[in-house]
Amino acid sequence: MLIKEKPSILSSEITDKAIFQNRRKIIKAAAGLSIASLLPSIASAEQAKKYAAVPSGPYSANLQVTSIEDAANYTNYYEFSTNKKDSTVLAQPLKTNPWTITVEGEAEKTGEFNLEDILKNNPLEERISRFRCVEAWSMVVPWIGFPLGAMLQQFKPTAKAKFVEFTTMYNPEVMIGQRGKSLDWPYVEALRIDEAMHPLAFMATGMYDEDLPKQNGAPLRLVVPWKYGFKSIKAIVKIRFSETMPATAWNKMAAGEYGFYANVNPDVPHPRWSQSRERILGASIFTPKRKTELFNGYGEQVASLYTGMDLKKYF
Amino acid sequence: MRFSKKSWACIKISIFLLSLTPFPLLVNDTLQDQLGANPIETLHFSLGDWALRFLCISLALTPLKKLLQQSWPIRFRRMMGLFAYFYASLHFLVYIVLDLSLSWENFIDEVPQSPYILVGLLTFLLLTPLALTSTKAMQKRLGKRWGQLHRLVYIVGISAIIHYLWLVKSDISEPLFYAAVMSTLLGFRLILYFKKQRTRVE
Repeated sequence: MLIKEKPSILSSEITDKAIFQNRRKIIKAAAGLSIASLLPSIASAEQAKKYAAVPSGPYSANLQVTSIEDAANYTNYYEFSTNKKDSTVLAQPLKTNPWTITVEGEAEKTGEFNLEDILKNNPLEERISRFRCVEAWSMVVPWIGFPLGAMLQQFKPTAKAKFVEFTTMYNPEVMIGQRGKSLDWPYVEALRIDEAMHPLAFMATGMYDEDLPKQNGAPLRLVVPWKYGFKSIKAIVKIRFSETMPATAWNKMAAGEYGFYANVNPDVPHPRWSQSRERILGASIFTPKRKTELFNGYGEQVASLYTGMDLKKYF
Repeated sequence: MRFSKKSWACIKISIFLLSLTPFPLLVNDTLQDQLGANPIETLHFSLGDWALRFLCISLALTPLKKLLQQSWPIRFRRMMGLFAYFYASLHFLVYIVLDLSLSWENFIDEVPQSPYILVGLLTFLLLTPLALTSTKAMQKRLGKRWGQLHRLVYIVGISAIIHYLWLVKSDISEPLFYAAVMSTLLGFRLILYFKKQRTRVE
């Protein structure tokens, strides 16, 4: 015989966590303040996103944003897996708090810094930008973060600092993809100092008004919207200012296929595939690919960084 | 194996339906929007995977026949080969219709820039005459040349692997798995061929 036991408390009777946490406000409001002030606080308690109040920055683009389901479940994070969906699950054990960043090289202020302290000096803004992968797909992400240049200035780079190098965490115990040899670990990326100081170069700590999902590079990642996605390194633990051009991960892997600059350019095909069009993530199967733009559409702002440079040679 | 004619028909129908299953499942996933952030890629890759799997299965039947010293595996060779062609055709159609949007301009612009796509097209082209001459009537008509023509499948097997290996960015474990399977299947034939040569000499 099957005995069905009724649960002693119905789930509908349990106070919603958000309302529960708001209890003090409600009591306060009831005690002194007007009833009107109570109403919005309950409404916002329903769905208060962590960074909902973060203002939109000056370089935020007016583009149709990709859904978070697509942006958070289609990631190239070889530290965990070469499968774009698997990294969503595999990245979750990564501990992102506390987080320390080591600053080295040609700068006055070097040493170890807590991410928390860095965040105190860098007010957050929202930055909507298009992200174009070297694999010929793109998405539009509302990042939360701060300009890279402003943060780098705080370390007072010296005149010798011609390049900035970033390194991802190396921890094969958690980052199980690092046990294999899909890339030469740890992942390293770099920018020329003038590229790094460009206001479009961005440090992201969040997206879609929440903290960065781990698979998207929490707690701190780079976003360089005019370059292919592999330049936008994830889970940064080290920043080094250097006089010489650093060796970067994909360039070391296949120098003929992935250049140091990696500027988005429809006229320079990857040796094995075309870069002239890109698939828009989340689009229906009958939506044609979008024509890729030089510098991913940010040419007006960044083309001057490369005047006189042969973009076919320095791809 | 001794089965009645009726039983063989039943077995064949079951295998046919089983081999067809990935197709309705993919159609369903497409209609239900279950293919993820990049649905064309998911569709395209799974169809390519199935084409390669059926190609491997069809190439495994002759070695299986020799190993078991029974003829029944050959009964399924045509069906498996045609399923390889079926999934390869869909794989090709997804590329032409959904990726290139049926545009000749896109084709001219992008295909010559992608060696792995050229190899893929070659693979599909070579597979086409094999599918067209797969009927019993054609087999009779071509006689000895039928066997010679169908040896093209060895080249198809190799070029399918190159097509796969060439598109991968860095983690080649999956194409390497298929490369190992294909080498075993083709290597088996090579060994047999050399053995035959030797006995002839002796």
